[in-house]
Amino acid sequence: MDGLDDIVEEFLVESHENLDQLDADLVALEQEPDSRERLSSIFRTIHTIKGTSGFLAFNRLEEVTHVGENLLSRLRDGELTLTPRRTSVLLSMVDTVRDLLASIEANGGEGSVDVAAVVAAITAAMDREAEPAPAATPVASVADGTPDGGKVPARSAAKAPARKTPARKAPAARKSAAPVKTASARKAVAAAEPTVPDPAAAATPLLEEAAVVPQSVVADTVGGSIDAAAPAEGDGEHGPASDGPGGPRRAVADSTIRVDVDLLDELMLLVGELVLTRNQIVQYVGRTNDTDLIRASQRLNLIASELQEGVMKTRMQPIDHIWSKLPRVVRDLGIQCGKTVRLEMEGKDTELDKTLLEAVKDPLTHLVRNSVDHGIEAPDKRRAAGKPAEGVLTLRARHESGQVVVEVADDGAGIDPAKVGAKAVERGLVTAEALTRMGPQDILQMIFLPGFSTAAAVTNVSGRGVGMDVVKTNIEAIGGTIEVESEPGRGTVCRLRIPLTLAIVPALTVECAGDRYAIPQISLQELVSLDAEKAANAVEEVGGAPVYRLRGELLPLVRLTDVLGLSSDRHDGHVVIAVLRSEGRRFGLVVDRVINTEEIVVKAVGGQLKAIGLYSGATVLGDGTVALILDVQALARRALRTETIERGQEAAREAAARAAAGGDADRQRMLLAAIGGGRRVAIPLDTVTRLEQVRAESVEKVGNREVVQYRGAILPMVRLDRHLGAYGEADRDVLEVIVYSDHGRSVAIVVEEILDIVDGGTAVRSDIDDMGLLGSAVLGDKVTELLDVRAAILAADPAFYSAPFDAAAAQGVRTDLLEV
Amino acid sequence: MSAPTKNAAPATGGQLATFRLDGDLYGVEVEHVQEVLKSQGLTRVPLAPPAVAGLINLRGQVVTAIELRERLGRPPRPEGTDAVVIVVRLHGEAVSLLVDSIADVVDVDAADFEAPPDTLEGQARELIRGAYKLDGKLLLALDVQKAVSA
Repeated sequence: MDGLDDIVEEFLVESHENLDQLDADLVALEQEPDSRERLSSIFRTIHTIKGTSGFLAFNRLEEVTHVGENLLSRLRDGELTLTPRRTSVLLSMVDTVRDLLASIEANGGEGSVDVAAVVAAITAAMDREAEPAPAATPVASVADGTPDGGKVPARSAAKAPARKTPARKAPAARKSAAPVKTASARKAVAAAEPTVPDPAAAATPLLEEAAVVPQSVVADTVGGSIDAAAPAEGDGEHGPASDGPGGPRRAVADSTIRVDVDLLDELMLLVGELVLTRNQIVQYVGRTNDTDLIRASQRLNLIASELQEGVMKTRMQPIDHIWSKLPRVVRDLGIQCGKTVRLEMEGKDTELDKTLLEAVKDPLTHLVRNSVDHGIEAPDKRRAAGKPAEGVLTLRARHESGQVVVEVADDGAGIDPAKVGAKAVERGLVTAEALTRMGPQDILQMIFLPGFSTAAAVTNVSGRGVGMDVVKTNIEAIGGTIEVESEPGRGTVCRLRIPLTLAIVPALTVECAGDRYAIPQISLQELVSLDAEKAANAVEEVGGAPVYRLRGELLPLVRLTDVLGLSSDRHDGHVVIAVLRSEGRRFGLVVDRVINTEEIVVKAVGGQLKAIGLYSGATVLGDGTVALILDVQALARRALRTETIERGQEAAREAAARAAAGGDADRQRMLLAAIGGGRRVAIPLDTVTRLEQVRAESVEKVGNREVVQYRGAILPMVRLDRHLGAYGEADRDVLEVIVYSDHGRSVAIVVEEILDIVDGGTAVRSDIDDMGLLGSAVLGDKVTELLDVRAAILAADPAFYSAPFDAAAAQGVRTDLLEV
Repeated sequence: MSAPTKNAAPATGGQLATFRLDGDLYGVEVEHVQEVLKSQGLTRVPLAPPAVAGLINLRGQVVTAIELRERLGRPPRPEGTDAVVIVVRLHGEAVSLLVDSIADVVDVDAADFEAPPDTLEGQARELIRGAYKLDGKLLLALDVQKAVSA
């Protein structure tokens, strides 16, 4: 019901505006009755109202506009000429329409507004052949009070189209007689001036019931209908004045206005400039101590932000505007493909910029079509797969951190990465060797590659693909991103991320080699800052490619300086990583410094710079300097591709080197830890399950052993410094702990500091050892002791290796406790 | 002598805005010139063609600056001397040219025009439509269109 109310409201707003225009048009038309253009415009307006009212089942409204339309079409086609009387009739029609609209707005229905008289008047006006002369006749006939019954029926019989509607309306006319009377005092005057008798005349003979209508009522209704007509006879200028009966204008029409989108665009541009100027002023003022100035600039800051938000809102439209067409698309396509598909929508009210909405429409339709066509399986296949026969296509939209996320999800067959991969190899988009190194997620994204998506690919491969590259290009053109996720057998999700607006974009400004660059927030996930000490450990290399362990996952790092061919001016070893997302992949962009986040206004760059393919535009920063906006997608494509290749080559080279060296050289990865007193210990990485930090106060004692509660179990601890006889700082708040788990039992090895992970293979070893050590080696230019892990673990938990292998963790711990 | 070359534009008269570059006098059609500015803060554009000196902020518009010395294959401007920026407007897009110094607007006569000498080589030949023989000096007519399409 809500939806319908919206439609009615829109209809009302639109119609009220149109009617105002009609009044003006009609009067103007009298001055130049030959203006075909004006007539056509009036015709269209009435036609629109008629169409919508028919659709919304406002029958009386439809009826009035229908006859009005007939009259107008004849006028337009030159069959009739416009006379003041016809103008009057048309104006009275406009008034009646307005009354009907008022009633609809007030009560939701057409209420008691009577239309029969106007309909009759219009019908009559159409009948006139020679206008001026007959005008006298009716005056006379009304004067006697007896309508010319013989003539009228004949005429109206000729009026086939007009006939049906009045007939239907007659009862209404009767019913509404009483209410109309309230206005009849004035009407009586009009009626007394016998102007247009035909309405009554026409109505009466046309319908049998109408003939029964008491004379007084007819007079009233006629009066009502020609209320406007009477003065209009004298002069056209009375026309508008007569819209008194239109009554107080409705709130709905008053509370909205239509504004040219161009005007809004211009406003948006100006606001963009204002925002830049604001940024500039705020920056300058920051350097002064003038409190008044500072206060004023703060106010400016606030107002500019609110203004910006306000102007942005004027351009916002709910996504339902484009979604509303999709049920039909899904239905038709479903029938065509012999599939039953249910379309579900979540977040219809999510708003985004009108321009963007337009830009998203086609790609979205495309994705929906693809889902129905290729994603959702035929009913029998679905049943065979144990799924309900009816497929579900879900559209979801939501706001998420300053972006709009739109998802097209189906519960279909999903996309098989293997097939996509095979197709991509076949099409020469990727080498078979490169394919083996790609994760399933990366492989899926290849459906967006130009050249992958051809009609042949779609029908032969598992599915979607037609024009996916076009979809992607379109989405990227508006600064958005697209990614696909799929679970074979379970379905596919295409996720679009679209900026809220194009003109002003929140961005992170970073510094690299002395210049500033802007990174749109839409691609930014988080920032990681590592000081020199941490960076030395945290940034590792996988076959020559730098990676960072972000919460356990390897994040490939791309140095902006390398991509841009510059050299960094940061030499203190700090590493600042902007974690960016592109096409479903994450990567870390290493920059020199993060400056701040700023609202930037995107300016186009010249053709020469577009061709570089790394910058999506430029902007003017707060201090007036120009900064380039990095195109994260392009950056990812450029940096990650080449890196994958390089990494592959390097891996191959390494493999070759290893083979040449004669097989399984002892290349054990070692974790380096400091244990105090300047001693370093190496622990084989494969005995390390996790690295944790434990607060010193959470260490408890069981007998003379130290334990800590960890993940719901009791974890025995060994302090490596004591175990190995080195004495580091005794009291530390946070203990660095290496957890080793095996067969459900875990122990914690406490070290002073985790230093690095190194390759132990090439180390120079010696067998100088001590209690608890296996020997020593030179790792990273320093002598490092190799921990006898077994001994250390036994020191923590003497039962670690002897406990039955099938013992559950809890059990193990319990035995342990009992033992102690 | 003045063998017509294919890119010799019709030697029309008219007004040329003239400027100096590495000792020579050049001119561009005055109607292309939007404005002339003192040296501006440039934002360099990594990976751009060498002739792109950077971007300048022209009252909120971002305009590409072309180093004309580089474009014409001349040595870089000596250290410590500032370039002058000539903003030209072509097809509605503003582009700026970095030159050594600006000179007068000169009325030229089509009769004084001659195609570039055959000895002129390299990039410069592409960009110079020809020369006007003025009193005691030559005014080289720059093809702006080509000059900015770095």
